[in-house]
Amino acid sequence: MEESTQFAALRAAAENGPGVQFDGLYVHAGDDDYDRDGGYTFGTPEGERSNLSESEFHAAAEEYDEYVSNWYFWTHVVGGSKLKGGVDVGENRHHRRNFLRWLELADQTQHDVPGRYEALRGGLTHEWGELQITATLGEEGHRVYEIRHEDDANTPTDELETYTDPLDIRELVKYDERGQYRPLKTAPTLQTGWVLTDLDQRQVFDAVDDVVYPATVVNWNLERHGELDVNHWEETIERQSGIYGVIETWNRGDGHEHVDWVAESCCDDSQCLKRREWEYDEETELDADGGDGEFPCREPCSLVIAASRKWTRLEGEETQTYEFELTESEKEQIEDIIDAVADGRADDIREADIYEGANRYRTRFLRAKRFDGEGNLSGTPTQVDEQEGHDQEDARDGHDEEEHDGDD
Amino acid sequence: MSQALVIVAHGSHLNPDSSTPTHAHADTIRETGAFDEVKVGFWKEEPHLREVLRTVESDEVYVVPLFISEGYFTEQVIPRELRLEGWDVSQWDSDGLSADHVTLTAEDTGQQVTYCGPVGTHESMTDVLVRRAETVTGDSDVGDGFGFAVVGHGTERNENSAKAIEYHADRIREMDRFDEVQALYMDEEPEVDDVADYFESPDIVVVPLFIADGFHTQEDIPEDMGLTDDYRKGYDVPADVDGHRIWYAGAVGTEGLMADVILERAAEGGADIGDALELVRERTRGQQTVEV
Repeated sequence: MEESTQFAALRAAAENGPGVQFDGLYVHAGDDDYDRDGGYTFGTPEGERSNLSESEFHAAAEEYDEYVSNWYFWTHVVGGSKLKGGVDVGENRHHRRNFLRWLELADQTQHDVPGRYEALRGGLTHEWGELQITATLGEEGHRVYEIRHEDDANTPTDELETYTDPLDIRELVKYDERGQYRPLKTAPTLQTGWVLTDLDQRQVFDAVDDVVYPATVVNWNLERHGELDVNHWEETIERQSGIYGVIETWNRGDGHEHVDWVAESCCDDSQCLKRREWEYDEETELDADGGDGEFPCREPCSLVIAASRKWTRLEGEETQTYEFELTESEKEQIEDIIDAVADGRADDIREADIYEGANRYRTRFLRAKRFDGEGNLSGTPTQVDEQEGHDQEDARDGHDEEEHDGDD
Repeated sequence: MSQALVIVAHGSHLNPDSSTPTHAHADTIRETGAFDEVKVGFWKEEPHLREVLRTVESDEVYVVPLFISEGYFTEQVIPRELRLEGWDVSQWDSDGLSADHVTLTAEDTGQQVTYCGPVGTHESMTDVLVRRAETVTGDSDVGDGFGFAVVGHGTERNENSAKAIEYHADRIREMDRFDEVQALYMDEEPEVDDVADYFESPDIVVVPLFIADGFHTQEDIPEDMGLTDDYRKGYDVPADVDGHRIWYAGAVGTEGLMADVILERAAEGGADIGDALELVRERTRGQQTVEV
């Protein structure tokens, strides 16, 4: 049934204008072409037959069925065809098609459909963030895809939790391994232990571009075609309004050191898998590394904006000179603690590992020894005139910000 | 030409449940098959408002804001982030409650975008409030012997917010179904704290006109009404407060029938939705998207 559908579609396409020119397949009907003399023409890189009757045409299509099913899959299942001089080159902005072509290296093996089919039978694998995506060949030229965490690459499928609908992993990708909410979808904290199987061409795209890493495929594809609209720090900040309007005041003079700190804090590969393409402005590059991710980041995200609002306030403060009394080891320990928290290692330090500065007992000891009753380090007040701690206010403040912002 | 629906909502960096109703309503509508694509976009989550349109393949897009009232988000943030060319709030010609739709072009994708008014001010939102009362009481005929309180923020930050509350309270009153109907507010008179003072009915259904459950609906309001002295301990439904039984429903936005309002907004904007409204009304009966 499917094959006759494919052949019927091919015959219709052959009879329509210039016919078919796609991935090495050449099909044409009629004698209006300069070097053909009527009937059907059927060509592949393996040779061309012309002046075919309908049954000869059918026989050729059956003999080279891989070229036919490949054409059918891309033009009638995936879509996004665009003819250029009679050749179907595909629309640049058809993101799904471009992604699917990339997943099977179609542009590198454009005219070697049998070779590509052979590779697909064995499975073609790509990484996308922390995902491993495998394309294989299904029935009659349809492709079947599988997605799992790259760390599960060698785990037998039956040991993984199996899903077949991309929407079924929406909750799973919302939380990390520890059950914490992941507000940033491209943070490198995806859970392991699951697999999405039997996906069709639309589902694999939806799983990646809607559910796991939203909009990463479309931006990657725009970038490949030189059409990515990058919005740099300055223009993004300028666009902000409401409670985020204040961030603009953080840019003072010519320096961009503060934005380097933001990028180093939030956009490093250890924090986000997108490759940062935005800079301070069109002319001024940031010193921080943009990362090596496959897919680009085109503007400061909402997390960067929200954090920058807080930093704009904090960075408005003047520095003070404090005097603390610490041993050498205590100073180093404070540095260890900052490192451990910044690198997300604090929870990994073993309970009895008192050799680690950020070990809980070590830290509790430091607090017991060096904090006064008000929680001041070395008994040194934060503000000379105001003894009241502000930790509580800060926590409340952070909460209100998001609620205020959500008022409509 | 294919058509897509994009539901836009606030989302949250802190509360994982904020986006749950948005996804659930999108699923409900997706299952009707009325649109070639149904997508969601957020201010604080991904895909961001800024990038959601480019994930849509259709040329004809209906955008429905999952917001309670007209204001800063619907008038400034959403049109700006979606890059709707030539947007001006006057195109809605709204009195604060009557924004319907306007069709514009998205600057970056070239799509034709019909930008609809928020769900909260649509007349069918009244039916969702009532359905919420039915869901929380488990009684599809609830009304006799019951008071109904619609709860909102108040005018402190957005005057249209209170307009929407009054509008739906009036409409529920006109149904003549509940013995008493009252609009209550969190930060102004009449305050939700004194809910028992405003009703004579022994039973009171309290429904906050909020899109998602969060700090206000799960912590503030239950404590303010005296349903519990500490939200972490939870509260009973119904709970006894000053001689009344309070049936606290949580955010109306979690009610499955919200999908109906989204569909109506898109249909009024010109989307061809076939029999999707009937399907949604039927399928969402007795179903809520988030457990209270």
